[in-house]
Amino acid sequence: MTARQMVPDGPRPTAFGPARLGIYGFLVVSAVFFLMPLYVMIVTSLKPMEEIRHGALFAWPANPTLAPWIEAWSSACTGLKCEGLKVGFANSVFITVPSAVLAITIGMVNGYALSLWRLRWSSLLFGALLMGAFIPYQVLFFPLVRMLAAIGFFGNLAGIVTVQVIFSLPVMTLLFRNYYASLPYDLFKAARVDGAGFWRTWRSVMLPLSGPMIVVALILKVTNTWNDYVLGLVFAGHRYLPMTVELNNIVNTTHGEREYNMEMAATLLTALVPLAIYFVSGRWFVRGIAAGAVKG
Amino acid sequence: MDETRYFHWRPGRAAAALALLPTAFVVLFVFIGGAGWAALVSFTSSRMLTIWNFVGFDQYAALFRFPRWQVSLENMVIFGFCFILASLVLGILLAVFIDQKVKGESVFRTIYLYSYATSFIVVGLVWRWILDPSLGIQHVVRDLGFPSFTFDWIVSQKMAIFTIVIAATWHGAGLVMVITLAGIRGVDAEIWKALKVDGVPNWKAYLFVILPTIRGSIVTAVVLMTIGVVRLYDIVVAMTNGGPGSATEVPAKFVVDNLFERQNIGLATAASTTLLVLILLVVVPWALWQRARQRRMA
Amino acid sequence: MAHVSVRKVDIAFGTVSVLDQLDLDVQPGEFVVLLGPSGCGKSTLLNAIAGLLDVNRGQIWIGGRNVTWAEPKDRGIAMVFQTYALYPQMTVRENMAFGLKIAGLPRLEIENRVREAAAILQLKPLMTRKPAELSGGQRQRVAIGRALVREASVFLFDEPLSNLDAQLRNELRVEIKRLHQRLGATMIYVTHDQIEALTLADRIAVMKDRRIQQFSTPEKLYQQPANRFVAGFVGSPAMNFQAGVMERADGGMRFRSGAFELPVDVMAHTGTEVELGMRPEHILVGESEGQDEGGMPATVEMVEPMGAETLVWTSVAGLPFSVRVDQRRRLSVGQKVSLRFPSQEIHLFDRETGARL
Repeated sequence: MTARQMVPDGPRPTAFGPARLGIYGFLVVSAVFFLMPLYVMIVTSLKPMEEIRHGALFAWPANPTLAPWIEAWSSACTGLKCEGLKVGFANSVFITVPSAVLAITIGMVNGYALSLWRLRWSSLLFGALLMGAFIPYQVLFFPLVRMLAAIGFFGNLAGIVTVQVIFSLPVMTLLFRNYYASLPYDLFKAARVDGAGFWRTWRSVMLPLSGPMIVVALILKVTNTWNDYVLGLVFAGHRYLPMTVELNNIVNTTHGEREYNMEMAATLLTALVPLAIYFVSGRWFVRGIAAGAVKG
Repeated sequence: MDETRYFHWRPGRAAAALALLPTAFVVLFVFIGGAGWAALVSFTSSRMLTIWNFVGFDQYAALFRFPRWQVSLENMVIFGFCFILASLVLGILLAVFIDQKVKGESVFRTIYLYSYATSFIVVGLVWRWILDPSLGIQHVVRDLGFPSFTFDWIVSQKMAIFTIVIAATWHGAGLVMVITLAGIRGVDAEIWKALKVDGVPNWKAYLFVILPTIRGSIVTAVVLMTIGVVRLYDIVVAMTNGGPGSATEVPAKFVVDNLFERQNIGLATAASTTLLVLILLVVVPWALWQRARQRRMA
Repeated sequence: MAHVSVRKVDIAFGTVSVLDQLDLDVQPGEFVVLLGPSGCGKSTLLNAIAGLLDVNRGQIWIGGRNVTWAEPKDRGIAMVFQTYALYPQMTVRENMAFGLKIAGLPRLEIENRVREAAAILQLKPLMTRKPAELSGGQRQRVAIGRALVREASVFLFDEPLSNLDAQLRNELRVEIKRLHQRLGATMIYVTHDQIEALTLADRIAVMKDRRIQQFSTPEKLYQQPANRFVAGFVGSPAMNFQAGVMERADGGMRFRSGAFELPVDVMAHTGTEVELGMRPEHILVGESEGQDEGGMPATVEMVEPMGAETLVWTSVAGLPFSVRVDQRRRLSVGQKVSLRFPSQEIHLFDRETGARL
């Protein structure tokens, strides 16, 4: 064995040295930092108030209970009403589904028209649209409220969906524009030579190729809309407040002793949809934020 | 630009123009028109209702005399600097360490990014709970036998803003990690070979060659985070609601409060127009820089 | 100048074996080209010599030292890459100096070396530019410069000219050859382009299927290919191949395929299944049928002018043969000619093993 070590032969011997240990150490400590809040949310939501009062934040629940979850879902008070988060959940679904469908459809057509058709004003329009992505929401609150009120779209479902679509136009358009621009242009030319017009080319050639980007856009849009707070607060009206607003109301309207377990259950419930999308879609989610971010 | 991209087939072009019309409408009347309208109102004496009575920069003068606005701006600067720095350092370190051919790479990546998928309200509430002095981390450590341990930043006038930095960094560092890692992985494999032949130690390779090479992605991440800093609202509402006192007030919250609670339209639009100008000061140079870079590449 | 020796090296990526028991001996100062189709393992071998890849088994020696476990920087090598691999944020000067700075050389020494390399490669006017501001040819010259300053005893080139257009490729090829003559260093050069291989190399190692098929001088490779693969891979336009059998005739041997018969000088068992190889430039064309003594009657089927020469596709006793003739020979489709196959230019390969008979 010693003779073999004297003569280097074959693969370099690898040692699990202090450098490797440091790398894994840093990664593991960071992982603990990132996971800790999720863990705290879960254990807190499963504890009876009794245990919480004793204050072992990180302790595993001794007598796990689902009561906080049930209360958060069906009977927690959001202001004057005490119907739990289920109303907000339904509202978020009502807001998210039409916003996502509309925003993706318009984004797709925009991206197609901007990337492949090259009209005279298209680069100017695209530039202006991108700048729109950087405008802080708050700048447009006042004018938007006035405009929507003028056409009866303020404080209802149509209003919040319109606002959601408007604010996601830049990113959706960007996603599809870059995607269509990355497809072989000859494909488009071939369809044109075959005599297909604007809509026909889109429907028969581009739409069937858009599958991957539709998935990416859907993940991005659903997550963003679901997580929105301020647009829902301002534009949805009392009847259609989304889940995030209801969650904040539950936590901030508590009188008397705060029910931390129910609050954490409610928080987890609100986070459930985007987290499920994230853990299921994995790489697609990353693709979405990378595509939206790197060129954005 | 490729010449063949210009087609002159009228009906198709007309349909394309028609399809873009709604978007053009939104850009023209909502984005540009809306921002212009708000800017115009900020020069009037409007309070509850819009009155077209122009008073020049009076609203701005009043705004910058407002202690709450001063605190808000100061908080935005402190928060922005700390949050961007912390997210950059943590995100880049994570990306570089993950790039060391570690086992379970995808598990680590999934862990570092999941927080980015959650709402700011969720982020704010959970950190508020963890940092709660009476039952959170402070309590846990005291129970461990350090009765004098203090970690009550969230109720401290001086330190509360930093609890928001912690929460926001927890939410956003994963994004920097993803963008940086994508950049690192996009670097030509032969550059790494050249570095090994040149005998460059790993850390010098990252510091002097790899990270400068992907500085475009990193700058993009900084711009995105800057936008987030100016928009900062939800986390504050969920975590401290501006308190204790006005220790964590931020400009975006100032706008919303004045618009909808105090009904002071003139002041709110002056504040929001100031935010827009701040954003443009960051975004316009960046956009020009990107354009110049892309020209140079082509 | 150093001796490079690769001894019984195995390399596998996962379960896929890329190099199998490979031996290669490069003499000090020699220019060796590793030639082969893509995926033959030639770049893998070069990377292993550089130390950029671990070997699974076997040893690598450079300059009398076993460097199997040594870091690339400690092997006394310099390397030039296909994509140039210049550091994008550094100027030409910084690119060349970076490795030396890392190695901790004194500043004066670094300056001298960089200046000298810049002079050799005529890089002086470019020293303050960044890679993005250079053309492909200039970038590769800078990359060569970065290799030069290392004053290595072995230079490794990994398809350095593949990303350049034809004219630049010719220019830089000459420059690399001149560099070799000037420095006298050992050079190992990977390419899939046989023109580069034939013009640059002292010896060529033709690789395929995890092995070196033949390792010899360009002349020998062309005149005596060791097997069917080397014969087909080296030479342009490609060699003609015809399958047939060996027969005994008139006290000698004869190759036969259908009605096509050709006496050959090779000894082999009767009935051996072989492949006949004949380079287009070695077939002689007589004016017309019958006039030429010992010629075989053939018909012209297609004519491809290639500039100085013309490639003529003919049919001889039902078998197709391409023939290279001077462009001044006017041959037309359908014309009858006679072909002669000089026996010293005939190659025969065993059809089963591909080995030269």
